[in-house]
Amino acid sequence: MATLTNPVHERIASDIRDNDVVLYMKGSPVFPQCGFSAAVVQILSQMGVKFKGIDVLVDPSLRQGVKDFSNWPTVPQLYVKGEFVGGCDIVREMFESGELAELLRSKGIAASA
Amino acid sequence: MPMDIQEVERLIKAGLPDAKVRIEDLRGDGDHYAAYVESPAFAGKTRIEQHQMVYKALSGHMGGTLHALALRTSAPKPT
Repeated sequence: MATLTNPVHERIASDIRDNDVVLYMKGSPVFPQCGFSAAVVQILSQMGVKFKGIDVLVDPSLRQGVKDFSNWPTVPQLYVKGEFVGGCDIVREMFESGELAELLRSKGIAASA
Repeated sequence: MPMDIQEVERLIKAGLPDAKVRIEDLRGDGDHYAAYVESPAFAGKTRIEQHQMVYKALSGHMGGTLHALALRTSAPKPT
């Protein structure tokens, strides 16, 4: 993780501290602007997980900042309890294998599936 | 600006010389790829670390010239 020297990183740090499940994405959960973001929204919704969706398209500094923060070149990015879980491929793989449900359970986050 | 499939494979193999790499052009448009990468270097690494190693091999192209690369990584199964 990057050191907290810039305001964008501080904002990300507080977002992922104050919300159990955070998805940095393109567009909003209701209107995703990218297929990869939409796929993660669909998985979380299907699992009945409450999450905070943050649209990086409205803020170029956030769009770049979240990539630097996690050392991850793409969006979407899923955080659970302050920890970076992965992008679309990893989330999908973990969902299919049941690891995602297990992770959420181990962190005490309610999921219906 | 799309990226050539051979170039994607070349970069991954340059960064991870012992990797087995298979790449599919998902839509035939030279812009949406899926890559399957198996490397002994992934052993003991988390999925995030494995993907970061591939992204590092792609040296900045991911999220830039390379728009869509669905990635699946694994270490060789012990025989």
